[in-house]
Amino acid sequence: MEVMREPFANVESGRRVNPETLAIRSVTARRLLRGGELEGSNPGAHLEEGHLEGERLERYVHERVLTTTLDKAVAWARSNSFFPATFGLACCAIEMMSIVAARVDVARFGFEAFRASPRQADLLVLSGRVSIKMAPIVRRIYDQMLEPKWTISMGACCSSMGVFNNYALVPADKFMPIDVHVPGCPPRPEALMHGVLKLRKMVQQDPDLSWRERYGALGTEEAPGSAHDERGARNGSDESSAHGRPVGSGALSGSSGRGGSGRA
Amino acid sequence: MSAKSAYRQMEESITLAPVEEQLADWGGGREREELLTLNMGPHHPATHGVLRLLVTLQGEVVRDIKPVIGYVHTGIEKTAEDKSYWKVIPVIERMDYLSYYFNAMAFCSAVEAIAEVEVPKRAQYLRVIHLELNRIMSHLVWLGTSALDLGAISMFWYCFREREQILDLFEMSSGQRMHTRYFQVGGVIEDIPRGFAEKLEAFLRVMPNRADQYNALLHSNEIVLQRLRGTCPLDAQTLLDLGVSGPLLRAAGNPWDLRKASPYCSYGDFDFKIPVGTVGDNYDRFAVRLAEIYESVKIITSALEGLPEGPHITTDRKVALPPRHELATSMEALIHHFKLVTEGMRVPPGEYYAAIESPRGELGCFVRSDGSSKPARVHMRDPSFVNLQALAAMAEGSYIADLIATLAMLDPILGGIDR
Ligand code: SF4
Repeated sequence: MEVMREPFANVESGRRVNPETLAIRSVTARRLLRGGELEGSNPGAHLEEGHLEGERLERYVHERVLTTTLDKAVAWARSNSFFPATFGLACCAIEMMSIVAARVDVARFGFEAFRASPRQADLLVLSGRVSIKMAPIVRRIYDQMLEPKWTISMGACCSSMGVFNNYALVPADKFMPIDVHVPGCPPRPEALMHGVLKLRKMVQQDPDLSWRERYGALGTEEAPGSAHDERGARNGSDESSAHGRPVGSGALSGSSGRGGSGRA
Repeated sequence: MSAKSAYRQMEESITLAPVEEQLADWGGGREREELLTLNMGPHHPATHGVLRLLVTLQGEVVRDIKPVIGYVHTGIEKTAEDKSYWKVIPVIERMDYLSYYFNAMAFCSAVEAIAEVEVPKRAQYLRVIHLELNRIMSHLVWLGTSALDLGAISMFWYCFREREQILDLFEMSSGQRMHTRYFQVGGVIEDIPRGFAEKLEAFLRVMPNRADQYNALLHSNEIVLQRLRGTCPLDAQTLLDLGVSGPLLRAAGNPWDLRKASPYCSYGDFDFKIPVGTVGDNYDRFAVRLAEIYESVKIITSALEGLPEGPHITTDRKVALPPRHELATSMEALIHHFKLVTEGMRVPPGEYYAAIESPRGELGCFVRSDGSSKPARVHMRDPSFVNLQALAAMAEGSYIADLIATLAMLDPILGGIDR
């Protein structure tokens, strides 16, 4: 469809565009769509294009029409408007806050709308160390987030227990799926930015390659109503496995799979 | 408590009597006495980390608070026992993650005291410069996030702009933005590079102006003032009884500051004032920290001016690594280097408690040595942990909205509390 943009008022002369011309244009635009003949007065030369044929028509369409699949358009929109959950764990959280600040302004990538409720967020940045006491809560927050959702594990601690590497910590991969790991202790804001852009690229290019495929967890979607019950009946699985639990996860996630009605 | 502001009076003048009359018909007014337990956290944007508060409410009034901690327990003290002295520093630094220089300083001072290591004057001055920069940085993060809790979002951006400048300086002297591991037993790991002093001077020139701007911005904001003035005060004696130190205690009028009370690390050389409050309400806590930024700038300025020449780390080869060029010429240096890197320094048996003034209060480090190259016990007295005790005493009987402001002004760092 052709989009015509013209100022409503001529800036130099201050004269407004005649509303009649606009009306005529909308009529002709509709005709162009229908491929109908133009009739009556000819208000502008560009309306001749309604009669284009052959190669000229091809070029005309090529120059003006953008085609895409709905999936791609959705992925593009999603990847440019992440809603991260406001969730800081330790030192890395301070660096996570600084990517929202002026120097590496993450708002350039539509990333700055931090949401306090996991229900409204689609990205969880695990910023810091996850202790054994915290892990079920992190998992519950993750479970409360609505699909589609992504996670970034920021810093050495929640990827590999970092400098501590002791009894108190658990790496995030042990109890939830992670899309992007950002190394560093703490990662510079630029590094986190790089991770965000990687995730953005991933969402744009392989929107289907989500954690379920990588973790072999297809069929665990939390579908409302029947789909979920059906599957439960079909393969006789128990309740807990239907709640988005990655295959092979430990006891930790099992205990938190019930999450859903907790605080938001 | 000072005279109630007009806003508070207006708030209290609202009467619910007509509603209660109606309620009496149904439940005999029991709603008034009914208590509600509210769970705040550990995932809550206003708890400054992963703190969990069990708040008992009567209507909108806070009756009881039980903090539940341990959600970022990292086992730092235990891990420290398992590492040689110089490898403990990075682990200890990650404890209270807004004052990493202070953590390292407390640990290094304790070890230096046991091992009787003399710290050169230049190293002490460099330490003071970095400690005070860190104090400003910590207060900036506190100011930005607290203002965020009070609903003033622009402060966050201004504060983080200045924070970036400080982190650039840290990066220049040590190579890292956070957790720099700059302090070393016996001094600092490297001298400041060329250009650092100029950059620091430039920062010192802008910082007071910026602090003026924060002052102007917040002091002309009626909402901030009304949410802070006269809310949740606590007198100095109660605070002392609870073990509270730092800006919270000074806000109540007690000028207790370890930098003055027992000067360590050449703090006696500098001329600075200790800002104190009068009533000890949230406003005083806020104002004291803001005023401390100016004092820190003053200390850094005079430390930079009077920066003495000399070594940046002790020349005791049993403690500090020999300079790189000596390795090529001296066999002895090579042996010391090898011993230090493989085994670490040995510290004679003994124990010591070193306390310094961190941005949040008295930060102490207790180290016991059994003569080996690993500490037998490292215990940190973290100010956030002790200060958190005062939260219930401060906020009981106030509104739940004031609880958020009080928690922000308390400035707890959960990494320090849970360790
Ligand atoms: S990775 Fe480093 S900076 Fe991040 S939480 Fe762990 S210790 Fe702190």
